[in-house]
Amino acid sequence: MSDSHDHHESHGFMSYAFSTDHKVIGMQYMFTGMAMALIGGFFAYAFRMQLAFPGMDVPLYGIVSSAEYNSLVTNHGTIMIFWVAMPVLIAAFGNFLIPLMIGCDDMVFPRLNRLSYQIFLLSAIVLISSFFVEGGGFGGAWTSYPPLSAKAEYNLTPLGSSLWLLAVALEFVAFLLGGINFITTVMNARAPGMTMDDIPMVIWMIVLASILFMASVGPLIAGAVMLFFDQQLGTAFFDPDRGGDPVLWQHLFWFFGHPEVYVVLLPAMGITADVMCVFARKKLFAYRTVLYTAIGTGVLSFFVWAHHQFISGIDPRMANLFTVTTLLISIPIAEMCFVYIATLYGGSIRLTTPMLWALAFLGEFMIGGVTGIFLGASGSDIYLHDSYFVLAHFHYTFFPIAIIGVFAGITFWYPKMFGKMMNETMGKIHFWGTVIPFNCIFIPLFLLGIGGQHRRIYNYEHFPELAGKSMQDMRVFATVSLCIMLIFQFVFLYNFFASLLKGKEAGKNPWKSNTLEWTTESPPPHGNWKELPNCYRGPYEYSVEGREEDYWPQNIPDDEPAGGAA
Amino acid sequence: MMTDNTATFPSVPQRRPVVIENGAIGMLLFVVCEVMMFAGLVSAFNIARAGAGGVWPPMGQPRLPLEETAINTIALLISGVLIAYTAQRFNRAKAVADQTTHRILLAAILLGVFFVGFQGMEWLALLKEGLTLTSSQHGSFFYLIVGMHALHAVGAILFLVICWINARRGKMGKSAFSAACVLWYFVVGVWPFLYLTLYL
Ligand SMILES: [Cu+2]
Repeated sequence: MSDSHDHHESHGFMSYAFSTDHKVIGMQYMFTGMAMALIGGFFAYAFRMQLAFPGMDVPLYGIVSSAEYNSLVTNHGTIMIFWVAMPVLIAAFGNFLIPLMIGCDDMVFPRLNRLSYQIFLLSAIVLISSFFVEGGGFGGAWTSYPPLSAKAEYNLTPLGSSLWLLAVALEFVAFLLGGINFITTVMNARAPGMTMDDIPMVIWMIVLASILFMASVGPLIAGAVMLFFDQQLGTAFFDPDRGGDPVLWQHLFWFFGHPEVYVVLLPAMGITADVMCVFARKKLFAYRTVLYTAIGTGVLSFFVWAHHQFISGIDPRMANLFTVTTLLISIPIAEMCFVYIATLYGGSIRLTTPMLWALAFLGEFMIGGVTGIFLGASGSDIYLHDSYFVLAHFHYTFFPIAIIGVFAGITFWYPKMFGKMMNETMGKIHFWGTVIPFNCIFIPLFLLGIGGQHRRIYNYEHFPELAGKSMQDMRVFATVSLCIMLIFQFVFLYNFFASLLKGKEAGKNPWKSNTLEWTTESPPPHGNWKELPNCYRGPYEYSVEGREEDYWPQNIPDDEPAGGAA
Repeated sequence: MMTDNTATFPSVPQRRPVVIENGAIGMLLFVVCEVMMFAGLVSAFNIARAGAGGVWPPMGQPRLPLEETAINTIALLISGVLIAYTAQRFNRAKAVADQTTHRILLAAILLGVFFVGFQGMEWLALLKEGLTLTSSQHGSFFYLIVGMHALHAVGAILFLVICWINARRGKMGKSAFSAACVLWYFVVGVWPFLYLTLYL
């Protein structure tokens, strides 16, 4: 086997940029995602300042025009979902963790993997370039509804809207290639002895998310091609004047859009499951239940999409049907939350930074889940539709997923990625400095939404019933909270880069964890292990009675004495 | 510079018995996505057609050549059968060097080329009759859906040609050929549905 490992160990820039090593590609995805998160966060800062202080010369940005406002809102959403949540949660963690956690030396299609990142990078460049073309970036919301998105005389961004669409399409191609790789690798390259029940939950979740993505993205690709034709070739697929149907886009978009929520939710759920088991020193409660529940949720998520069209003129009987399926899907998700709480029950909990993030994920996500029920019921949605209540609900689901879940993962696997420990004190300061302001941003927005504040409005001064002092005060409070939260992110960035230089050496297994990635060096060498490990048991054998150590790594044969791994 | 890291492939040692080849799984997953994409296109077409109120094709638009395309459809189906037969022969031991198998593979590829060429001629004829991408919903959907299918067909044919060249050199990868087969089965299998939906 060693003869197949005479990889060239050159360290030039080109060999890094064109590396096929899954760890390098994972890091490339992670750093690109983090850079995009800074852009998306900055956009949020700019348009929130406009809402709190209309017409103000925003520091570091300038005056926000109404066209710019639309573009900032649109691209904030697009970036955070497609260029932050997806690449970091699925591509970065998937690439880094899958081969390490299933005990193989790389993905089964390494070159396809590299191509995936290169297309992703290209898509990010196309998106960023769309801000600078004539007419500015696309401003028709991340859902890109026609006819606004289809006709240049409506959206006034003839180039920006097509570049936006092109960027999204390229991004889908990148994730398609990545997903194919993930699933095939997990199926065919697991360590000998690793059965379906021995796969760590985070890997299962990334695989399920990839399957969901691949099964749901097809109709949106179809829709995107049709929209592109409408924009550039003069077809009328979505133009009602010429026999087209604008609501058709909404169906094609949300057939993907709703499963997409679970595409990003499941990996975050998987990360928290692994983090919680390690820091509660307990076996995951009901492993198979979690797995089957996740599969059930995935299947059900294909039958809820029309809850986004309750007021788009769909048949009320159809709305009833989709109300039922939408409310049904809260059951498996609630079940997963209960299972996680049962995992914590009776454990010896250690409140490390990753554990705090994992616990916060559970708590905050539940607020998002509960508020969703009001929107899934077609009756109450008539009032709440397109209000800030929707916006706050959505952020209470996506922020825990894309920010809290990601921080749980990064702080947990940082020692493995870079071989150094992050600073715990700074980690905790960053945690509280993120989670408290987060709630301060979005609880007022719930209240504003119930008060009738509509989304996508540039300046509320023009609407007397929304321009009152108490409402404006809440807007200011939310914006100030956002600024505080953004400032605290610099604590994280400092901690991240300073720990690379002067962090404590991590060693192989600083958290005393069971899964296979902790049995190799930190950071793992090219090829991951000198000798690839075998698997002998499930990933969550913590606090097993009769063993000296409270953990039992997956690669230790049954007859070997306790604690032989570390 | 780019070959540096790829020179040593395949780098993944196979450590467990393979039930389905990597290439076949990967391509199957891709096909799932493409099936869903065509499902999206076809349902969009059906919605547009239902919205037209029973007049289809729309007034003043040519009827699609149902009968001629049937010949084409049969050619494509035969090609699919030939590929299945080729795959079966390759699966038997040492058959990679077999001349007859190579010829059958070539025949399947040529039938595929015939299909794409015939379809191209049909497009030219329809364009002359006034059916264009923007002439009506009918034209838009026809060129969009058939064009998408043609794109897949051309891709799959190129893939099969590469496999054919490699097979003649005696170094065809099992994984790559299984992937090409899956893609071709998809191109062949989805066509009758598109044909019946669009032409009838
Ligand atoms: Cu939804």
